[in-house]
Amino acid sequence: MTTVAEELGGALEAPALMRVERVTKEFGGLVAVSDVSVDVPTRSIVSLIGPNGAGKTTLFNMLTGLYRPTSGRIVLGERDITRARPDVITGLGVARTFQNIRLFGAMSALENVMIGHHSRMRAGFAGSVLRTPRVRREEREVRERARELLDYVGVRHDAFDRLAVQLSYGDQRRVEIARALAAEPSLLLLDEPTAGMNPQESAALTGFMRRLRDELNLTILLIEHDMKVVMDVSERITVLDHGTKIAEGAPADVRASDRVIEAYLGKQD
Amino acid sequence: MSELRAQLQEWREAIAALVPSWLARRWSRWLAGALIVIGIVLPFFFAPASGFLNATIIALAYVVMALGLNVVVGFAGLLDLGYVAFYAFGAYAVGWFGSGFFFNAHIHVLSSALGTAPGIHLNFVLILLCAIGITSVAGTIIGLPTLRLRGDYIAIVTLAFGEIIGVVAVNGTSIHLGGGETLTAGNLGISALDLPYFPGIGNFTLLDLRPWYWLIFVIVLIVLFVNLRLRDSRIGRAWIALREDEIAAVSMGIPLVRTKLMAYAIGAAFGGMSGVFLGAYATTVNASQFAFSFSIFVLAMIIVGGLGSIWGAVLGALLLSYINYYLIPDVLNSLPRTFGLNFDLTQLSFGIFGFLLVLVMVLRPQGLFPERRRRLELTAEIAAEDAQLVEAGTPTAGAA
Repeated sequence: MTTVAEELGGALEAPALMRVERVTKEFGGLVAVSDVSVDVPTRSIVSLIGPNGAGKTTLFNMLTGLYRPTSGRIVLGERDITRARPDVITGLGVARTFQNIRLFGAMSALENVMIGHHSRMRAGFAGSVLRTPRVRREEREVRERARELLDYVGVRHDAFDRLAVQLSYGDQRRVEIARALAAEPSLLLLDEPTAGMNPQESAALTGFMRRLRDELNLTILLIEHDMKVVMDVSERITVLDHGTKIAEGAPADVRASDRVIEAYLGKQD
Repeated sequence: MSELRAQLQEWREAIAALVPSWLARRWSRWLAGALIVIGIVLPFFFAPASGFLNATIIALAYVVMALGLNVVVGFAGLLDLGYVAFYAFGAYAVGWFGSGFFFNAHIHVLSSALGTAPGIHLNFVLILLCAIGITSVAGTIIGLPTLRLRGDYIAIVTLAFGEIIGVVAVNGTSIHLGGGETLTAGNLGISALDLPYFPGIGNFTLLDLRPWYWLIFVIVLIVLFVNLRLRDSRIGRAWIALREDEIAAVSMGIPLVRTKLMAYAIGAAFGGMSGVFLGAYATTVNASQFAFSFSIFVLAMIIVGGLGSIWGAVLGALLLSYINYYLIPDVLNSLPRTFGLNFDLTQLSFGIFGFLLVLVMVLRPQGLFPERRRRLELTAEIAAEDAQLVEAGTPTAGAA
């Protein structure tokens, strides 16, 4: 069994999978994210924490191409993805989940996961209409892979064909993770995955994130409010407050930081 | 065949409540086969130029229209109110490439026109292919400005596009192409269009409508097949995902622009095919045909049938077409006079349609033949609402 310290040491030596360099996002006059830099080492679990409205989700939206940064650079591996389209970024290996679950309500759990595979499929208009052997095989493989993924995240078989709106809350969260995994990402962005979970479920998810990292060689960037989960799973933590980075480092360092305590609990007079 | 069988699952579900499942499963296969056979032999039961056959031919052309619009509105969720534009492009394709309209040209390819006749006279199938090309490009062009828009705003842009095409058609007489030729003949209309000709079958005539019927029946089968295949493919899934949640869809790797434009282009191409047929069948292309009400008529078909449902689109198109082109003008037209009222029922067509739409929306808001997923979603939401009502109602009940 490896200790957190050993994992930390290993992770810090690895080259950065994603580098966020001095990124700023302004909406009109409002500065949502200001001059934030984050390095996400390969095969690490990095957390992004901060009070509500600190700019965490805005940063996620920039990393996935939904927003264009006002200034700064985002580099994935060797490639600058600052101005890339969301679907291109997904194709390059970044997948995400959403703070408020965003499944396709009128599609089954299985179809939702199959959508995740979209960027890995080739079938075009002619192939789909003629249903060529290649398209047929691709469709079969993707369906099979989607089943495996649902199984992997722990959705029961009888829920596979249920519509997303009919699933329990926990299953919806699981399907959303399976859908993100279906895109075969190297970097997985999880936006408050434990929201609405009880302590047991949160603990199980903590273990599951480690499994994802170890079994699927994933790098995980996590937005999380549950400090137990954050301190438990993260090798590095970046703290945002009012759009700026106020602290960064190993869990123990961040926990001891005066500025972090101040941001969360208010200033002591 | 085997494909249609598999896709008739919705029919199966509808009758599953009445019959044992094993029986229903076999029925659906038979149903598809039976419907096709009935479709083929149907004209033999009517006079070659009967009013009913005429109405059926028009109804089938509208089925193609409805299936096309269903791709855009039903699958991809892009409310298109300018669908009449593609009817116009299709009809004008016949006007341009199947008549003596461009009198300086002299191009003949396997057409029914005399070899000495001036103008462009292409075979019907070639005109159909031209129209598919023109309308899919037009569909892409109309799609481009709507890409950054959502919901109602898409409706407004497409509506304007439809109106622009209509106005251009009317004023096309002022657009000179050189040599005295103009773009359209405006409200005068381009008439004497070539009747379809097929080698080995010969010329179509307006005295025997059966060949027209079989032609549009084959077009319906092709369009239906393409629709069913697309719905259950990677592309169909992407459309539905975009309809459900655009942000999530693009984050899952669905290219927004390409996927939406594909829906516009394919929907437009079906509209164009139907336009070619309707133009040739009317043997004239008149700018006044391309009114806004046409777009609404087709939209009403897919809403009555059930948005997003292929079989709903078919049913809605048949139903509204028969009411509009057979029931009201041929069967019930003189009804008011039998009550001593001095008007024709056709004068009330729009009132009747409005009433029917309201009736469907009140009694069956999901449409006559809703898409499976939408039906389930609606039930799930209702169940959730009911649960909330029960919860909310409990204390009151306890207090009482």
